[in-house]
Formats: sequence, C-alpha cells, structure tokens
Amino acid sequence: MEAIVLQILNGLDKGSAYALIALGLTLIFGTLGVVNFAHGALFMIGAFCAVTLSKILTLSHVVIDATKKDFLGNPLKVEVPYIYDFVGENAGNIIIDWAVPLSILFAIPIMVLIGFIMERGLIKHFYKRPHADQILVTFGLAIVMQEVIKYFYGANPIPTPAPEAFKGSLDFGAMLGFEANSIIYPYWRLVYFSFAAVIIGGVFAFLQFTTFGMVVRAGMADRETVGLLGINIDKRFTIMFGLAAAVAGLAGVMYTPINSPNYHMGMDFLVLSFVVVVVGGMGSLSGAVLAGFLLGILESFASMTAVLETLPGINQIIIYLVAIIVLLTRPRGLMGKAGVMEE
Amino acid sequence: MFGLRKSDSVLLLIVIALTVFAPFILNPFPENSVMAQFNAGYPDLMQRLVIFGIFAIGFNILFGLTGYLSFGHAAFLGVGSYAGVWMIKLLTLNVIPAIVVSVIVAGAFSLLVGWISLRRSGIYFSILTLAFAQMSYALAYSVLTPITGGETGLQPKVADPRILDAALEEGVTPRANLFGMFMNDSYEMVVGGWIFTFNVGYYIAAICMVFAFYLSIRIFRSPFGLMLRAVKSNQQRLNYTGIESKPYTLAAFVISGMYAGLAGGLLVAMDTQAGAERMFWTASGEVVLMTILGGAGTLIGPVLGAGFIKYFENIVSKINANILETWFSFMPDGISDLFVGLIYPFIGKGWHLTLGILFMLVVIFLPGGLVQGGQKIAGMFKNKKDGSDSATSSASAAPAE
Repeated sequence: MEAIVLQILNGLDKGSAYALIALGLTLIFGTLGVVNFAHGALFMIGAFCAVTLSKILTLSHVVIDATKKDFLGNPLKVEVPYIYDFVGENAGNIIIDWAVPLSILFAIPIMVLIGFIMERGLIKHFYKRPHADQILVTFGLAIVMQEVIKYFYGANPIPTPAPEAFKGSLDFGAMLGFEANSIIYPYWRLVYFSFAAVIIGGVFAFLQFTTFGMVVRAGMADRETVGLLGINIDKRFTIMFGLAAAVAGLAGVMYTPINSPNYHMGMDFLVLSFVVVVVGGMGSLSGAVLAGFLLGILESFASMTAVLETLPGINQIIIYLVAIIVLLTRPRGLMGKAGVMEE
Repeated sequence: MFGLRKSDSVLLLIVIALTVFAPFILNPFPENSVMAQFNAGYPDLMQRLVIFGIFAIGFNILFGLTGYLSFGHAAFLGVGSYAGVWMIKLLTLNVIPAIVVSVIVAGAFSLLVGWISLRRSGIYFSILTLAFAQMSYALAYSVLTPITGGETGLQPKVADPRILDAALEEGVTPRANLFGMFMNDSYEMVVGGWIFTFNVGYYIAAICMVFAFYLSIRIFRSPFGLMLRAVKSNQQRLNYTGIESKPYTLAAFVISGMYAGLAGGLLVAMDTQAGAERMFWTASGEVVLMTILGGAGTLIGPVLGAGFIKYFENIVSKINANILETWFSFMPDGISDLFVGLIYPFIGKGWHLTLGILFMLVVIFLPGGLVQGGQKIAGMFKNKKDGSDSATSSASAAPAE
C-alpha cells in the first residue's frame, strides 16, 4: 500500500510537467491549428528565465572589508551583491533565496512576449501550409533557440536550488497513518504539483468563465463563424499563443529545482509531451491534462522494482507503448473530439 | 541507358562522375595552404558523405513521394548497424554478409513498424514512428545490453568466434575487409602540393550509393512511384477510386527502411562499431533536415542535402576563433574584432545554430530545398538571356524531379 501511494506521488510531479506542456501544446493546436515543435524549447527558456534572474540577483561588486584580514594581514576583498545595497543584507539574502519563485513574475512577461513574437513573426505565415511544414519550421526554431541558450549559458546543467524553506521532505506516510518514514516526499515536488494544479485550474477557469474565454472556445469550435460575427478572432488566438508560451515557461521555471536546467531539456520533454497530447486526443484540453498525469503515474509505477523484475526495461518504454496501443485502438485519443485531426 | 530516359541517364552519369572523382573534387586546395582546412577529401568524411547520401535517398522515397513524415528512421539505421556488427563478430570479417544482413534485418524491422504505424497518417504517423524509434533507443540502452552493448556500444573483439574465418594471428587486430582489401586502406597520390586519398571503403560505399541512386530513379519513374505520388497528392481520392493505398505506402516504408539498413551496414563496414546514440531521435531529425534542405521529392536533392550538412558539419565546426582572426587580420583592429565577434557564434561549436537558421530559411522561403534554389537561379539567368518574362521561371520553379 505504501509503495502504491509513493509511486502515485512520484508520478504526480513528472505528470504535472507533462500536463502543463501538453496543455500549452493543445491550446496552440486547438486555437491556431499549428503543431508546435518548439514548445519544448519554450519550456527550456522558462527554466533559463529562473537561471537568469538568480544570476542577476547575485550580481556583485567587490568591496574591501577592513574588519576582516586575510592571512597576510591585508584587508580582505569581499564580493557583495548589488541587491544588498538596495534592500539591506537580510532582505537581500531572502530575495536571493527565493529567486526561483520570484522568477515566475520575471518569466511571465518574457514568455508572453516571446510567444507574441513567435506567432506574429513566424507561425502566422504557416497557417495555410501543411502540418509537415509547420513541424519542420518549428523544429528548426527549436534548434535555434536551443543553440542560442547554449551559446550564452554553456552546455552544462546549471543548478538552481529551491528556497531554503522548501528543502527537505515531508513524511507523508506518518500523515496518512502508515509507518513513519515509509513515504517521504520532497516539499518542492509538492509545491510543483500544487502550482501545476493552480495553473491548470486557472487556464480552465479563464476559458470557462470569462467572456474572452468563451469567444476563444467558440473560435476553437468554428473559427469562420466567429470571424463572420465581427470578432477579431486572430487577435485573441495570438493572445492564447502568448498564454500557452507562458504556461510552458512557468512549467520550466518551477521545474529548475527538480532537475538542473540544461539547453536540451526542452527536447527531452517535447517528445514525451507530444505523445501525451496524442494519447489525450489532439485539441482536447482536459484530455491533455488527464493523459499527462496518467502517463506520469504509469511511468513511476513501471519503475517499481517488483515490476522491473518481471518486465525488465518497461519503465523506459511504457509511455511509448501506451501511446501506440491508444493510437491504434482509440484513433481520437482518450478524449479527442470527433472531426479534429482524425487523419 | 539501363532503361532510363535521357535526362535521368545524364543525372546518373553526373552522380557517378562526382563520386568517382570525389577525392579530387573535395581536395581543391594544396596541403599546407591556408585553405587546406576546407578540404574534405579525407576517407572518414568522404565515406560519411556517401553513406548519409544513401540514408537520405531512402528517406526521400518515403517522405518525398508519399508525404509521410517519419520521425524515427534512425531506428532502422541503428538496427542495421547492430546486425552488421553481429555478422562481423559471428561469421567473418568480410563486409558482405554484414551489409546484406543489415539490409534484411532493417527491412524486417521496418515491415513491423510500418505495418503498425501506417494505420494512421499525418502527425499521428510521425508520433508513432517517433515512439518506436525512442523505444528501440531506450531498449538498446538498457535491457538489451547483452545484444547491443548498452552504453559502451558493440564492437568486434579478438576472441569472437568468426566461424567462416581462419583464426587471427597473434597480435593482429580484427579489421573489416572485402576479400582481403581492408576498408581503411588508402592509396595516396601526391601531385605537387596536393595529396589525393583513394580509400577502399569509400569506393565500396560509393558503388553502393550509385546503385541506390539508380534504384531510386527507377522507383521514381515506375508506375509504383506514380502510385506513391498519388498517395501524396490526394489519398482520399485514391481510396475512392477503389485502390487500397496501404500496400504501396508499406512497400515504400520498407524500401526506405532497407536503405537505412544499407547505410547502417556500411557505417559498420567502415568503422566496426555500433552504439545506441545512432537511434536517438535527433539522428532521425538529421535525415529529415538533409532531405528537406536538399529538396524533398527530387532525385538529387537528398544527396545534395546530405553532402551539404555532413561537409559543413565537419568543416565549419573545425573553424575556431584563432582561424577567424587570421582571416580578418588585414582589417583595422576594431573592425576585425567586430567581424570576428559577429561571426564567432555561428562557427565552431555554433554550427548547429547555423544549421537551424539555414533550415528555417529553407522551409520558409524554399520549400523545394537547394534544388529549387538552383532552379530559380538558373531560371533567372535563362530569362536574362531570352529576354522573356517570368512565365518560364515560374514554370521551372516547380521541382522537376
């Protein structure tokens, strides 16, 4: 029982990342009808927003500290982050410590801007072209984004720790009445899952309960008619592209403490996220979220020792295997709508 | 010639000439000159040029003719490589069994993958092939380590059985050969400042490529090729006329899988080892890049694309900041620094950035690839000569396969 709960919990954080990226992919596909292979790169850029902010915050200048001496008796040179000069040492330390959560605020405008530029500058010209062309051009864009990041940040992963308050783990087992220390779960993963839940809930609420969301949903169902009613649907779809980029970016920002970001992390996630979208059903938002969590949890179950003993290597291929089975038995995916990209 | 029409025979002859004289063509600059770093006439690179040419020709038979975009073709190349290494380990150091078995095994594997994947089309087909390739990659890396060698890869050892060969003498390392001709043997011809290298392995690979190219011309011109084009232009209409398209697409898929297997087998013949990274999806992406860059659906395009990418990958990535500085050293200091700073991100390790940008530009502006670009330029010159209007150039802009 403990093992099962533990695997479900383990699956949740990976599942959250899949669900967030797949949600963005589906938003873009459902609104603009574009297959965006650069979405993983957006996730990666989001993660590097967090890296950038923590670098900016720790920018420092050298100060000669007269009170301390080095071993030769000269005054010691100390690096002092600029932020100490603005808000004082204590507050400065807290801000640096909380760099990753703060990056959310920093990343949103950047990601929305990148989304706008991408849509207006490039994707716009590909609406009428075949899906293969869209895949190819966004694939090229993903390579470019990746290489630009590599040029500025290098190829090695850059550790970006979570705030001190979230280090350590929660003894989940004791809370549920199992033995103590049977289910240990790091706090940050819990934060990541809650964050993902809030974002997903937010996107759904936005689409469901606002007039803007209603128009967008109508546009997804029948773009032409909405346009004929005198609504500038293109503008709204561009905004949705920015939103999808921001969702991917935020997923990346919050993922940095779990895995140190490197320039190709986006591609690794992209392949899986596409599988997730297809399993969930192209164009179905709830399908993407459901499939994301489902596959994340399945993956962690497959990595249990008991399962690996009977089916060695299953943890590596379970997602693809499920995708193949789903695609062949349920052509629309789990929750796909009739008529959306069936062939 | 060989049942080809005249224009195709000319094309084939050009390709034959290019491959035969490649050691000269790729080595235009004397050794020890400043430009010698642009020489590509060394065996390893020449072998890669033709082998990836074969891979891209095969991919083009699937993507260029039927429009099915496979994102998992590297899996067939990888499976072929593994099969090839095993033949070298078990049977003989002669490369013929390795190459033949590579093709057969890759063909069988692509039959299985194609039979399942081709039940869907469009993006779903791409995802299915991608899923299969990633599965093969993950399995080769983990569970199948006894067969694939896992992370270290697979290579022949002195202690291998090699039942068809006589035992190796003491201290002799196993080298791949073709009836006693070793793959990495070369004859070097020194003419003045030039050194031209004629490599056994390269010519064997080149013969395979010429044959592969000839076969692809025949497929393009056959009724079967016409049927594949019909699939690309309108599969639904084809189905309404009562034709089941799947046998045709499956045949194309298996043929292109066998081409990938041939490329894998040749890679093994040249350098007797195989690793799982050959099956990673970026490797599949690379053959897509080659085909599109050269011109999908054209005969010569994939070969050009493969040559272009492999050449620049090797040459551009070798240029470093020092070399750049010597190039611009004739300029005043400030300006030369500016140029070096501007160009530096795109060379050396930044080669992939250049490739990505180039690829995007081709997809956006030249959907027909380099071949279309060449035709456009040729059309411009023609117009100037004839003084006619742009009607001819737009007619010739369509890829004339």
